[in-house]
Amino acid sequence: MCLGVPGKIIEIYEVSGLKMGKIDFGGVTREACLEYVPEAQIGDYTLIHVGFALNLISEEEAKETLQLLNQIVEINEEMVQKD
Amino acid sequence: MDKTLLSGFRDADLIQTRVNEIKKIITRPWVIMEICGGQTHAIMKYGLEQILPSEVEFIHGPGCPVCVTSLELVDKAVQIASQPNVIFTSYGDMLRVPGSSQDLFAVRANGGDVRVVYSPLDAVKIAINNPEKEVVFFAIGFETTAPANAMAVLQAHALGLNNFSILVSHVCVPPAMRAILSSPSNRVQAFLAAGHVCAVMGYWEYPPIAAEFHIPIVVTGFEPLDIIEGVYRTIVQLEKGEHKVENAYSRVVTFEGNRAAQAVIKQVFEICDRKWRGIGTIPASGWKLKQEWAKYDADNRFDVKAINPLESPLCIAGQILQGMKKPFECPAFGTICTPENPLGATMVSSEGACAAYYQYSLNR
Ligand code: SF4
Repeated sequence: MCLGVPGKIIEIYEVSGLKMGKIDFGGVTREACLEYVPEAQIGDYTLIHVGFALNLISEEEAKETLQLLNQIVEINEEMVQKD
Repeated sequence: MDKTLLSGFRDADLIQTRVNEIKKIITRPWVIMEICGGQTHAIMKYGLEQILPSEVEFIHGPGCPVCVTSLELVDKAVQIASQPNVIFTSYGDMLRVPGSSQDLFAVRANGGDVRVVYSPLDAVKIAINNPEKEVVFFAIGFETTAPANAMAVLQAHALGLNNFSILVSHVCVPPAMRAILSSPSNRVQAFLAAGHVCAVMGYWEYPPIAAEFHIPIVVTGFEPLDIIEGVYRTIVQLEKGEHKVENAYSRVVTFEGNRAAQAVIKQVFEICDRKWRGIGTIPASGWKLKQEWAKYDADNRFDVKAINPLESPLCIAGQILQGMKKPFECPAFGTICTPENPLGATMVSSEGACAAYYQYSLNR
């Protein structure tokens, strides 16, 4: 139950004074509270846990991490070719 | 996004490359504890222990809220839920957690109004719609659920609800890490810190722990590549004799964490000693409602009789949660204790080590 799930914000609105949103989890949509991500915009990716957005997910950071790891693959491949 | 944010972190080639890097640098056995039950689940599910070199040993941490919620509180929940005027709400996993004499499922089977909710705000909604009933929410969890539970209290207050309360069982990760490291039988040499706890809290609490206990701590996510990368970074440190705090989950976690969430937690909760199931009381390891919110505290609201908790004598979950034993070492594992018929809480939730072993390693 402790697992946060990433989703995309597709709608933002207010219910009883709380900032809420519709979140798309790859086809399935659910409502979540966006009070803790006041900067959230439609189209942002966010980590949802027990009906609350805990944080926005940085696509840039994700890409950078993967790029770094991909470079290692390339270096290894080069080394294999030289061998 | 899907490619980058999800499948990118399941890429088999990248995982294999990282595993090869680990094989290149590792010179001796190391013991790594993943704190979070979600990571235990992922390690078992993707068979990561099998693809890593045998020098890497995982021991599984106490980061499963369903597992560590004290038996006293489960018994209290059972008593409150059995009262005629109560609607008792909870995350689904808690219903099958064994109490001393029964679980919440049994209460429901006996006619109690026990409902599964997905979010504490759902429980607030039930309170709005049932003004003649007392609605209680079982507020269990680590730092990840605290922002949600705190907001539910603020919302009930803003709406002027008089029939909503929460039974609080909040636990915090850093004091548990200290307790594990301070134990004379500790074997942990490095931590994978729980990524989603850090999404809320950041990791500013960890540098003093790393310094005091000379232990590497790497903030780690939940995809297989995240975990392998976390392992790689801890092995690099261990082999060099370093003990730093690193963030291998930067797409979600920042050093300071979610400030807005931390502020609301601080507004509603304060630090208290907390009893962990199977482990015992860890000082200053939990949160309880502040005095000004006492009205929303189910513990005050209901006169619950003296509770005499009785754990199954066979269950060694406490030792498993502290990394001293593995589920296979329990004589009841998979025989008289199964997910359908759990003797201990670690066999209930999919994040519990016993349930994860049962689900994934019995048929390997
Ligand atoms: S297998 Fe069952 S009885 Fe044994 S430690 Fe795990 S939960 Fe307890």
